[in-house]
Order: sequence, then structure tokens, then C-alpha cells
Amino acid sequence: MSTAMKDLVEAHPFMTSMNEESIELVSGCARNVVFAPGSLLCAEGGDADTFYLLRRGQVSISAHVPGRGSVVIETVGAGDVVGWSWLVPPYRWTFDARAMDAVGCIAIDGACLRVKALTNPSLGFALLSKVSMTLLERLQATRMRLLDLYGDHRVK
Amino acid sequence: MSSDRTLLMRPSPAARESLSALTPILHRVVERIGETNDITTLALEPLEPPSMNFRCGQFNMLSALGVGEIAISMSSAPHERMLRHSIRDVGAVSHALCQSSVGDLVGVRGPFGSDWRVESARGDVDQRDTVVVAGGIGLAPLRGAVEELVRDTQRGGGRIFILVGAREPSQIVFRADLESWKARGAKVSLTVDLATSEWDGRVGLVTTLLADAGFDATNSRAMLCGPEVMMRFTARALIDLGMDPEGILVSLERNMQCGVGWCGHCQLGPLLLCRDGPVVPYAGLVSQLLTQRER
Ligand SMILES: Cc1cc2nc3c(=O)[nH]c(=O)nc-3n(C[C@H](O)[C@H](O)[C@H](O)COP(=O)(O)OP(=O)(O)OC[C@H]3O[C@@H](n4cnc5c(N)ncnc54)[C@H](O)[C@@H]3O)c2cc1C
Ligand code: FES
Repeated sequence: MSTAMKDLVEAHPFMTSMNEESIELVSGCARNVVFAPGSLLCAEGGDADTFYLLRRGQVSISAHVPGRGSVVIETVGAGDVVGWSWLVPPYRWTFDARAMDAVGCIAIDGACLRVKALTNPSLGFALLSKVSMTLLERLQATRMRLLDLYGDHRVK
Repeated sequence: MSSDRTLLMRPSPAARESLSALTPILHRVVERIGETNDITTLALEPLEPPSMNFRCGQFNMLSALGVGEIAISMSSAPHERMLRHSIRDVGAVSHALCQSSVGDLVGVRGPFGSDWRVESARGDVDQRDTVVVAGGIGLAPLRGAVEELVRDTQRGGGRIFILVGAREPSQIVFRADLESWKARGAKVSLTVDLATSEWDGRVGLVTTLLADAGFDATNSRAMLCGPEVMMRFTARALIDLGMDPEGILVSLERNMQCGVGWCGHCQLGPLLLCRDGPVVPYAGLVSQLLTQRER
């Protein structure tokens, strides 16, 4: 693993407050990738073997809805994470993730990280805490959108 | 009856200021713009000059004759020629106003309340970044302030970041203004809750636009207008990024009746929002009051 990769991983907001050893272990499963606008980072139903720490660009998360085509549910950008399905069986993507512009990210091999997390509980705990925090933020944002704040709430 | 009507139509300039607080002054609709399927902008001209002096963020009580009276913020800037209000059709009075045609008469009482403080900042052109966050029709009460701020940037003022959230793409108001502000140096970011197939922009809460907008939270101020929950979440996110709560202004809406601090309908804790608001800093008391359930 190069120091350059470790520096990139360490600089990503997802890694904030992770200890040196955890950063090294994560960096050992990481590689730097770029996606051209329009290309897929992952496709619904495919094997979820990777997750992505976004460094630049925007990614749309979408699902295919019969009769409506591909519906974008949310967009994420630099500093965000794409992909949770590597963490829980059956390790399959549940949505499409597509680059909206030139996307630069760190791709982390999920299988590699799962093995390291099993043998190193401190890394496992740190990762799960981080993932839970991010999931909580996303859940709260989704709840807010369910409130339909801008909708027409007149009593009919 | 007819003499009352004449009085409303022709107040002497000297009597006009005190009269306008309690007595509607008749204005004529001179332009009507359909902004979205349920938001209409009316440009109004008094039957007799002079036109009203106001500050950005203040509101008027507009009456649809024979229907009723509601609070609506000015959506024009004081320096613009025409007095404009942008109204969302949500009930009886707003519906009647949205339905008015060019030439119709509308009663106007005001201006009332506090403002976005862009005028005071203009004396010594403010160097701080200004973050404007609007949700839905919330861009209307901010539109005049943004116009003033964009003029300021061209005179060496701080940078402007305009972050807009809407339910869906067709609900984004003032598209031409957003383009014009962008062309004049403001950074404009849009997001919607529900994307359509034509939309290739961002999808998610307006707060998701904050992190990569590019402003310096420790040296900036913010102006927020939209649904109250949205303003609360946005204010908290800005504070987490390091912004001083005193520098975060929010525009609050309560049921307004008199507009002059007499009836108490617009009370929020110790504040009467027609007089002490609608624009207030999201610091201390206001942030506490907004998280308390009203009885
Ligand atoms: C200071 C201030 C500035 C405002 N500026 C604007 C503006 O620029 N453009 C605009 O479209 N609207 C604005 N409003 C909101 C507007 O006053 C209300 O939409 C209006 O009073 C609705 O009256 P109505 O008779 O049409 O509907 P109603 O039948 O009275 O109400 C219809 C629905 O709107 C809700 N509602 C009523 N009044 C309010 C209110 N004050 N705040 C939130 N929800 C309300 C009701 O609960 C109901 O669900 C402002 C309100 C205030 C207090
Ligand atoms: S509206 Fe009457 S006191 Fe505010």
C-alpha cells in the first residue's frame, strides 16, 4: 500500500477520528478510481463487493420503476459514501449508482475489509460506528423528505 | 360608501404613512406572472403616487376585496420599479389574489415587520459570505434581498451562495432570476425532493447542498426562509459547520391579523412576529421557542 493511498483515505471525512491502525488496514483494501459521466459505479442486483468514498463529482442513486424508468432517489457528492450492501448478506446492490459528472473516488474491497474486521474487532467496531452514523444521517434526511415539507397541506 | 372609497383611493401624502398601517390603500394589478402551477406574482401600483418605501424581508397585508386579508412578503427589491408579491394558492384569500387579473384592485396595508438587514450591511459593504437558503415559496421573501446583495458583490461585497430546495423541478420559482444571479457572480445550487426524468440535478434535502457549497462558515451570515422544520435543520447544520447563530436569520410565519402589535395573533413566546419579526436571528430564545410545541 502506498503512502499516497493512505493519505487519500485518511483525508476522507468518513475516516475522521479513526485510529492510525484502522486507517492503514482500510487503505490496504483501497484503490483510486475514476468514473466518466454516465457510467455505473454499481448496478441493482449485482454483487456488492465494493464501497466508494467519494472525493469529487456527484453520483445519483436510482431504482428502476416499471412504467417510469430509472427514478433518482437521491444524489451524493464529495465527502459522502456510496454502498452499504457489502456489509450485510446477501451482498447484493439494491440500487444503481451512476456518475453524474467526472467522479473521483476511493474504491474499497468489501470482502477484504470484512475479513480484516472479523480478525480485528477494534477496526470492526470503528467501521460499524461510522457506517451507523452515516446511515442515521441518511435515515433522518429520508424522514424529512417523507414529511413533504413543501407540499400542499390544505385541509381539503 | 362612495366617500369611504374615495378616501381609500386618495389619501394625502402626509396622511398616507399612518393610514397605511390600518387602512388598506388600493393598488392596481399591473402585471400577473404565473411562476408555477400554484404560485403567482402580482406587480402592484398605487392608484395615487407615492409608492411604498420598504425594506427587504418585510411584509404587507394584502386584501382580496370581499374575501379577506393575508400577510404576504414583498418579493421585489426596494430599488426595483414595481412592488411585487409572490403568492402561493393555499386557501380562500390566497386563491382570490392568485386569480386576480391585470386591472383588478387589491388592498395593501404595510409595510410591516423586520427585515433581512441587507440595507444596514450595505453602508459598509459586508465582506462576509452570505448564504441564502430557501425552500419552496421561501425564495419569495428573499428575492429582494438577493437582488440587493448581488448589487453589493459587484461593489466589492462578500460572496453569495444561493441554495434552493423544492418539492419537484416544476416548483422551483424565479428561474430567470436564478440564472441572472448566477451570471452576476452568485453561486446557485438547486435540489429537489422528487426528481422527474428530465431533471439531471441534485436530489435530496436542501441541507445536503451546504457541505460542498464552498462558503467560509466561520466568516459568513445566513438568511433562511421556508418550512419551519427545514429552517431548523438548516440552522443546526450551519452551526455545526461553525457559523455564529447570531449571524443566522430566519423568517417566521404565524397567523397575522392586525400587523401592528395589537391583537396578539402572531405571538411566539414573548415575541409578536408582526412587530419583532418576521425576520429574527436564530440564536438563544428563538431556537428554543422553535423546538417547543405550541399549545
Ligand atoms: C410574515 C408572513 C409572510 C408571508 N409571506 C408569504 C409570501 O410571500 N407568499 C405566500 O404565498 N405566503 C406567504 N405567507 C403565508 C400566507 O400568509 C398564508 O398562506 C395565507 O395566510 C393563507 O391564507 P388563505 O386564506 O389563502 O388560506 P387559509 O384557508 O387561511 O389557509 C390554508 C392553509 O394554509 C395554512 N396557513 C394559513 N396561514 C398560514 C401561515 N401564516 N403560515 C403557514 N401556513 C399558513 C393553513 O394552516 C391551511 O392549511 C406569509 C405569512 C406571513 C405570516
Ligand atoms: S398580527 Fe396582531 S399582534 Fe401581530
